[in-house]
Amino acid sequence: MKPRAVALRIAAGQGFWGDWLEAPYRQVTGGPIDYLMMDYLAEVTMSILQKQKSRDPSLGYAKDFIPQMERILPIVAKRRIKITANAGGVNPRGCAQAVAETARRLRLGGTLRIGVVTGDDLLGRLDGLLARGHELKNLDTGRPLSDVRDRVVSANAYLGAWPVVEALRGGADIVVTGRVTDTGLTLAPMIHAFGWRPDAWDLLAAGTVAGHTIECGAQCSGGNCLVDWERIPDLANVGYPIVDAAPDGTFEITKHPGTGGRISVAGVKEQLVYEMGNPAEYITPDGIADFTTIRLEQRGKDRVRVSGVRGRPATDKLKVSIGYFYGYKAVGTLVYAWPDAYRKAQAADRIVRQRLADLGLTFESVLTEFVGADATHGPLARASAPLDQLPEVQLRIGVRSPDKAAVERFTREIAPLILNGPPSVTGFAGGRPKPEEIVAYWPALLDRRTVEPCVEVVDV
Amino acid sequence: MRKKAARKTTVALVKLAHARSGDKGDTANVGLIALKPEYYPILVKHVTAARVARHFKGMISGPVERYELPNLHALNFLLHGALDGGGTISLKTDAQGKVFSTALLRLELELPK
Repeated sequence: MKPRAVALRIAAGQGFWGDWLEAPYRQVTGGPIDYLMMDYLAEVTMSILQKQKSRDPSLGYAKDFIPQMERILPIVAKRRIKITANAGGVNPRGCAQAVAETARRLRLGGTLRIGVVTGDDLLGRLDGLLARGHELKNLDTGRPLSDVRDRVVSANAYLGAWPVVEALRGGADIVVTGRVTDTGLTLAPMIHAFGWRPDAWDLLAAGTVAGHTIECGAQCSGGNCLVDWERIPDLANVGYPIVDAAPDGTFEITKHPGTGGRISVAGVKEQLVYEMGNPAEYITPDGIADFTTIRLEQRGKDRVRVSGVRGRPATDKLKVSIGYFYGYKAVGTLVYAWPDAYRKAQAADRIVRQRLADLGLTFESVLTEFVGADATHGPLARASAPLDQLPEVQLRIGVRSPDKAAVERFTREIAPLILNGPPSVTGFAGGRPKPEEIVAYWPALLDRRTVEPCVEVVDV
Repeated sequence: MRKKAARKTTVALVKLAHARSGDKGDTANVGLIALKPEYYPILVKHVTAARVARHFKGMISGPVERYELPNLHALNFLLHGALDGGGTISLKTDAQGKVFSTALLRLELELPK
């Protein structure tokens, strides 16, 4: 057995699908790292990918991942940096295949091993699970999945770090997964390098906190940071975060030298509370982390030490993310100029609503916002805004309906206002709004024993 | 004997705390973090779940829950029914609750002088 590591550097390269294309390259070239962690999957992403795969069985993964690999693989191979990424979406094998082809084209054949983690995709197993009494009740509403079964477009169990660890133990340099948790992608390298045991709950919780801290990329290194935001240096050149981990579960958050942004206690706190539920119970497939035990300490410039993390045993359930077809929506906008910008936008809104009513169209919801006045802070903003003097206001009307024809008809009710509604209106260059299909999110729990992760490691 | 009511002063929460918010389905969370450790007890005492529910009246349809993180000098609020259905269903500009954080910082507290 290989000797256990005494330190490990894990760098975040991507906080979501669509994050900064320069970040992975900068992370592998800006200084020494052992691992690059790339998170691609949000709740709604799986259903988009499932749709792509249904049209072309070779798709269904984060396509952007492949040009990223093309750019960094030569460096990664030379420096022996390993990669964990949930870019596989609903087709991890297809994604791994594309990475392998890219590696061979770069003449890296024979030097790399790719790990593939599957088993999270439950779409083909749903009827069997329901028949065996797994109700997959909606965690928010309590309704059984049978209510919407015929509209389900994707269903994935959240896998944790352990299948990724298995791939690393099998010698994988790049691990491509389906729906593995964001935190598991960071925790797995620690388990693998430090030899942490499956019941070392405090250590697993510490690695989970490390994962949560860097899973949104630069959001812990100065991006979207409210504290002292105007004095955070050089965000144009922002350094993505790096975890310097130790075998005892303590770690430091830092970034490459010479990069912009800032790693501060206040900034790390902002990321720790992001998307937080009950802080004493941050539940993952790998265990429960207690965020009320975290201790933070500034250890020099752009370096925050994290210690004290306590954890508890994992539950016997896995979370399942299900996407189902819900209906249609569209959003239309127009911009009104001074004078009386706000009142003109309000008048236009009344006209649209009356015309929709006169047409006999029904919607589940019609929502109007006045961008420049109340779109972000609602009545709290209106109470103090100089509504009579606003230089301009964007009218933003959204509709939602199970009836596609009603939503289509709405999209034709915006442009006419330019000539037949209130004056001083512009901002229609984008053309008619497009109706969008809504795939809604259905969170559920499933008995852990029903999900069998599958791990393969292949030579390139 | 009852004392006379102490003189009060109004303090904007934005002077005492910073915040970040996010979403889980139709629930927005706001993590509220004291700018200085000595402000944390003020937040605990005055920024109650009931006070926050009053602040967001008309903007959220469900209850408000509050959790304490004394180690981070932070409070976490869950605002249920805040996002018009949430995620892909929502018609709101802020479908993912990203700026509920600064909306909470508009709160004004009545504190003893």
